[in-house]
Amino acid sequence: MAILLDQKSRIVIQGITGSEGSFHTRESVKLGTKVVAGVTPGKGGTDLDGIPVYHRVIDAVERQGANVSGIYTPAAFAPDAIFEAVEAGIGLIVCLTEGLPVAEMIKVKQALKGSGSRLIGPNCPGITTPGMGKVGFMPNFIHREGHVGVVSRSGTLTYEMIWQLTGLGIGQSTSIGIGGDPIVGSGFIDILELFENDPQTEAIVMIGEIGGTAEEEAAEFIRGQVTKPVVSFIAGRTAPPGRRMGHAGAIISGGKGTAEEKFKALERAGVVVEKNPAEIGRRVQEILKVKKDAIS
Amino acid sequence: MKIHEYQAKTLLRDYGIPVPRGEVAATSQEARRISAKLAGQVVVKAQIHAGGRGKGGGIKTALTPDETYAAARSILGMQLVTHQTSPEGKKVRKVLVEEASAVRKELYLSLVVDRSRGKECVVFMASEAGGMDIEQVAAADPEKIVRCAVHPAVGFSPFQARKLSVSLALDAGQGRQFTEIARNLYRLFLEKDCSLLEINPLAITAQGQLLALDTKLNFDDDGLYRHPEIRELRDADEEEPLEVAARNASVNYIKLDGNVGCMVNGAGLAMTTMDLIKMAGGEPANFLDVGGSASPEQIEKAFRILTSDPGVKCILINIFGGVLRCDRVSAGLIQAAANIEMKLPMVVRLQGTNVEEGRRMLQESGLRFTVADGLYEAAQKAVSLIG
Repeated sequence: MAILLDQKSRIVIQGITGSEGSFHTRESVKLGTKVVAGVTPGKGGTDLDGIPVYHRVIDAVERQGANVSGIYTPAAFAPDAIFEAVEAGIGLIVCLTEGLPVAEMIKVKQALKGSGSRLIGPNCPGITTPGMGKVGFMPNFIHREGHVGVVSRSGTLTYEMIWQLTGLGIGQSTSIGIGGDPIVGSGFIDILELFENDPQTEAIVMIGEIGGTAEEEAAEFIRGQVTKPVVSFIAGRTAPPGRRMGHAGAIISGGKGTAEEKFKALERAGVVVEKNPAEIGRRVQEILKVKKDAIS
Repeated sequence: MKIHEYQAKTLLRDYGIPVPRGEVAATSQEARRISAKLAGQVVVKAQIHAGGRGKGGGIKTALTPDETYAAARSILGMQLVTHQTSPEGKKVRKVLVEEASAVRKELYLSLVVDRSRGKECVVFMASEAGGMDIEQVAAADPEKIVRCAVHPAVGFSPFQARKLSVSLALDAGQGRQFTEIARNLYRLFLEKDCSLLEINPLAITAQGQLLALDTKLNFDDDGLYRHPEIRELRDADEEEPLEVAARNASVNYIKLDGNVGCMVNGAGLAMTTMDLIKMAGGEPANFLDVGGSASPEQIEKAFRILTSDPGVKCILINIFGGVLRCDRVSAGLIQAAANIEMKLPMVVRLQGTNVEEGRRMLQESGLRFTVADGLYEAAQKAVSLIG
């Protein structure tokens, strides 16, 4: 089953002819991803390794049945690309682009309300469902099919966590990077809900970081509505306040958004909190073993 | 991005928000001239990117041009220490000279972005308790702060201005003035991609008029690409020289006070590496994210920045190769080592794409370094090398 990306996913890549877009499209095809179309305004009628390129997203929907979009368009044009995908009725939009102004994301959130579209990102590494494929940057070799759902605000740290799991023989149902911006399309809660309802997922790894209150809100949600075990790490305990730590959203402002507050909130919600990220894989291993023992 | 008070006030003026008359001066002579032009009592205010300037001696009043000259002389060039600066303080290079105002009451007004789930919008925060640190007010008397969220599709509505006016106990005339100010502030916030716009205090003068006495304006870095006029307001003197060099090299770098310098790809992993250094008993010297598609040249530049911090006693390279392949990182390190005299001990942890090739290149390069496999192991080795 997994979540979001499955057998029915037919992917269109917006910005497919750019250097990032074409590189990652090819990588995703190697992983078996069903990329059915590309969109680059002005380059309609061409193709990328046989994948047809259109001027408009609606063409990809009508002619190739695209229902998932990956956006690599530069930041200045990415909000427009999202609006176009929403209007074309794309169900799942994954925006990989970094650097969208917050003011644009406020508009994007309005456009998403009441639409049938779900947005992941922007400024995120994307989604991988091992065995089905991927949209985004995650390296192909790190994944393994299995039963752990991974959700994270960062990129390479996510790969590190997935790789740790895979190294211990623990596979993943789906891995998702929700993005490091202050305002993102889907938050932890949206993804936790999907994992909770996914029969394939047995445990969840949630990787947060400083800034905002997404982890605290997630903790509240987990306490009330998540029955599956959650293992969590928060990056940035040593980050100085008031500084943007690479990600636009990773900033402690007015004393709010510290790692300690987040660790505490998650602990109170019954989450397995691990402060040493090198031990996340082993915590998951222990949990799965306890679960298995309980069943047998 | 932060700007100075005098720059922020120019923007406010452009948007029709009342601010005191005044000009910026880089010398005491200029300050005297401005004072003579303004006539009457003036305030001389140090222009640095930090709050709490008054307590540190960075704000003085003067009755005559000569007094202004003396005040500017004492402030310009001083190392101003406030609760928001480092212990060494910040050097004052400019002062704002503006007319002093008789104040009846001090209010607080700000605009911020609410990033919490489902509520994403711009929010007004207002308080009758102006003139002090709003975080202290929030902690001690949270009920004294009124919030007003602006619906993104509707925009700032007159009823919201009335609501805030009542909370601030304004009279009818002030209420009308406030509505105009608030509407213009909202327009400024959106049009210039602000991330914080604070007026503290927003004064009610002895004449009963509203006046923005002090202001702080920060911008969304991701919005700067469409505002060349705002980018020009950047003052490199206010930033760490190494951070300026890093920005010019498109490397994400923040200087800290520790002794283990680190170079990592990805912001989350970079923060995590700092956390692990601390966990292993050391102190991180910096945050450094070389990015996902760094070239060997960029790796070399990052390495130069990292090693020019005199506090760094050991270097930790932590790369999880995805898009950024390990062999490219190795090529950059080898190139850097050839061009920079490297005396510091170095721990290298490479994982991911082309890791074998990357490790082989390093081993054959004759570079001296310690290899680590594990995430925590790398931090432990780096800390132990400091001795």
